[in-house]
Amino acid sequence: MTVTERQVSAYIAGQAADARVRFELETEGMTLNIGPQHPATHGTLRVIVRLDGEQVVWADPVAGYMHRGYEKLCEVRDYAQVTTLINRIDWLGSFCNEVPFILAAEELMGIEAPPRAQYIRTVLFEMGRVANLTLFLGDMAAQVGALTPVFYAFRDREYVLNLIEAATGGRFHPNFDRIGGLKEDLPKGWIDETKLVMRKIRGFCDEIDELLIGNRIFEERCRGIGVIPRDVAMEYGLSGANARASGIDFDLRRDEPSPLAWKDADWKVWTHPDGDSFARYWVRQQEVREATRIVEQLLDGLPSGPIRAKTPARIRVPKGETWVHTENPLGEMGFYVVSDGSPGGPFRCKIRTPSFSNVSIVPWLLRGVYVPDVITILASLYFILGDIDR
Amino acid sequence: MPKPTLPEPIERTIQAPVGIVKGLKDTFMTMLQGAVTVQYPHEKETLAPRARGVIALLEENCTVCMLCARQCPDWCIYIEGHKDREPPRREGGKPRTVSKLDRFDIDYGLCMYCGICVEVCPFDALHWSPEFEYSEPSIADLLHDKHRLGQWERAVPEAPALEAGAESPKGKKK
Amino acid sequence: MTPIVALHAAYWNETILRLVVALAIALTGAGTFVYVYLFKMVSHLQSRLGPMETGPHGSLQLMAEVVKFIQKEDVFPRRSDRTVFALAPFVVIMSTLMIYVVIPAGPRLVVSRLDVGALYALAISSLSVIGVLMAGWASANKYSLIGALRGTGQLIAYELPLVLAVVGVVMMAGSLNLTTIVTAQSRFELFGFRGLGLYVIPQFVGFFIFMVSAQAELTQTPFDMPVAESELVAGYMTEYTGMRFLVFFIGEFATAFALAGLAAVMFLGGWWFPGMGAGWGHLAWARELVGFGVMFAKVMLLGFIIFWVRFTLPRFREDQLQAFAWKFLIPLSLANILVTGIAKVAAHA
Repeated sequence: MTVTERQVSAYIAGQAADARVRFELETEGMTLNIGPQHPATHGTLRVIVRLDGEQVVWADPVAGYMHRGYEKLCEVRDYAQVTTLINRIDWLGSFCNEVPFILAAEELMGIEAPPRAQYIRTVLFEMGRVANLTLFLGDMAAQVGALTPVFYAFRDREYVLNLIEAATGGRFHPNFDRIGGLKEDLPKGWIDETKLVMRKIRGFCDEIDELLIGNRIFEERCRGIGVIPRDVAMEYGLSGANARASGIDFDLRRDEPSPLAWKDADWKVWTHPDGDSFARYWVRQQEVREATRIVEQLLDGLPSGPIRAKTPARIRVPKGETWVHTENPLGEMGFYVVSDGSPGGPFRCKIRTPSFSNVSIVPWLLRGVYVPDVITILASLYFILGDIDR
Repeated sequence: MPKPTLPEPIERTIQAPVGIVKGLKDTFMTMLQGAVTVQYPHEKETLAPRARGVIALLEENCTVCMLCARQCPDWCIYIEGHKDREPPRREGGKPRTVSKLDRFDIDYGLCMYCGICVEVCPFDALHWSPEFEYSEPSIADLLHDKHRLGQWERAVPEAPALEAGAESPKGKKK
Repeated sequence: MTPIVALHAAYWNETILRLVVALAIALTGAGTFVYVYLFKMVSHLQSRLGPMETGPHGSLQLMAEVVKFIQKEDVFPRRSDRTVFALAPFVVIMSTLMIYVVIPAGPRLVVSRLDVGALYALAISSLSVIGVLMAGWASANKYSLIGALRGTGQLIAYELPLVLAVVGVVMMAGSLNLTTIVTAQSRFELFGFRGLGLYVIPQFVGFFIFMVSAQAELTQTPFDMPVAESELVAGYMTEYTGMRFLVFFIGEFATAFALAGLAAVMFLGGWWFPGMGAGWGHLAWARELVGFGVMFAKVMLLGFIIFWVRFTLPRFREDQLQAFAWKFLIPLSLANILVTGIAKVAAHA
């Protein structure tokens, strides 16, 4: 049977149409911009991603859209003003930002805060951790599609923020730490209320257990996604829950001597061997529970006494330099404070923020990942833009 | 006796719908517990007495020392004053110079609510108040002059009592 | 067709009246779903109140939203195919509103007692797939097209379990006519109890498959990857604004109401309730009203389940979604048909 001309031309037309569709739909090398305004990134992070169909071949995070010049500002402000400003680096775990800076200044001046102040500092530090990580628990759920837990997170976080406001005056920016101790003591009834609220937060963690950790769909979305092996985590300088979820058993609260009161409470460091997104979520949930226990234990054993050591009226930090780092909710935060002995502020402050190093793993991590998993991975790494950009 | 466990695939298959049903039960129970919303502006929450809402000025205490304006990280306090010569307090004394406050403005458009000015004032002339409802349609109206700042004094609460074990606070000199 | 009220009308006049009433019920039903479930129930699930200011307890919020959408500018993307772009939302809503023609809302409250009612309803609802493809293609946006293709794949994949789940019901009732299915349920006795004759009990597997497939047909969580992927990639509805988006939106909720209506008819007995049989005599008009009320209650119950699941569960990834349909739901529905067939033959033997 002969093939007619019409059949031949129809065949050629079909091939041409196929080729045209393949060309028009071709997404190889398509560059996609996630952010800087994007619901999945916690702030103004831009991630440039090059796709081959469904897979990422190259990713590059571009930070700096929120750079506020903190280190330069620290050079021209004095110690009280710098304390106010650095509240705003990691704005969710608010009190935690002040602590390493104040500890550095105290170390340079040779002042020791009284034990009551150290206990309350630790309590407020852990409450900042609770405030920060409960938001993460709700927020990653929202990125994965469960729209309800984020409301529960905000509802229960309100209680913690109200407590911080009752003690310090500010919900997000307490500005409460002073060289030598704290600004003032706790108001009456605060301790009992805090213990009630910590129980509520543990109830929230149990809700998260039911809603997400035990949910098969959530597990399918997160297990095995974004695996960071232990050695890669150490190479990239990951810290905090990201490192502990990859099996690195390191927590500055336990491993580094600190004047704060963590050694006076009985608590556990949680690690997970998998290193995937589920592990990071799970470790942070356990950390919230552990933080509530630390708060309760420290409040039970709160020593009485003054809230602030005697400090000169005009703060004048002697010449010297020191490095203090603490286990902040996002990871390891540190201040390298250089003082030249003049009255006024520090000569130079280098601020080491955890999210900056955590984000550096994004190019390595996103290679070969499918498009829907990019959101899950970015959500599980948990960075705050104020922390990356300072 | 240890509980007999099913092989893992069967255990996982049973756990899947059980986990989902537990999650559904959780949201349902939350629905029955009612909303936590405070319907502002019809209902209002009472803030803690230490909440940093607005700064009030007690003009009679102010000696125009300018410490607050200097220490403010944003330089949002504008102070102008002059010195008056006043007659001596008792017979045969020297005439005194007294500082009088002409202008004391706080620009709440710039204020960071850090509280450094309140803390640093040696004469207890500035106080925090939890009042926060002073938003204006025009930014220029966010500059509160000393008359308005004096009116905020009515909203300044008593300092709350402290927890057990705290040292009693030292009073500031007037 | 005996009239409900003492009016003798010609066939076409009566049909037009029925169609207008059906359209009104469709739109009111969609609006009720939006208000009760999307605004209020989800808010209470999330410990908040939802709209409270527009009208008492926010009941007029949907009106406010409709007015907002109507007054927006009608935007066409520059390179889009204008006709196709304009028609796509209307194709989707047309396929949804046509389902209402066969759903019986009461003993005589139905537009048309089609003998192939069940088949017609499911077939015409799948026309919305064409609307989705039209929307994605005409948007002249590469990622809109990919979102539309994904959505289409999902809708087609979940059509099969939807239809197969209904086959069990049709086998038990012996007819595709929806009114016959309702009366068959009213006569079916399970363990000697009329009230237990609702097909949800013997056909519980079919009911589960139908509800899951309905959730996927509505592209709702946990199956909302095509629309929620707007985190990263635009869904097929992205380029739509204003009135056209409102048509999509109403279409989605009208489909939810219709699918819940179909499930109520086929599994929960529709307007039937013990005591609703014939014999109300001169109170026949009351029987219609009670039937309508019973049907409405059942539809709202099913809507509650749909939206409860929507706002609790996280979403599947696209490949997991497809695996769930092809590797789990379809074999399960085939097994259901097998068991129903065996049971029916055994019951007759």
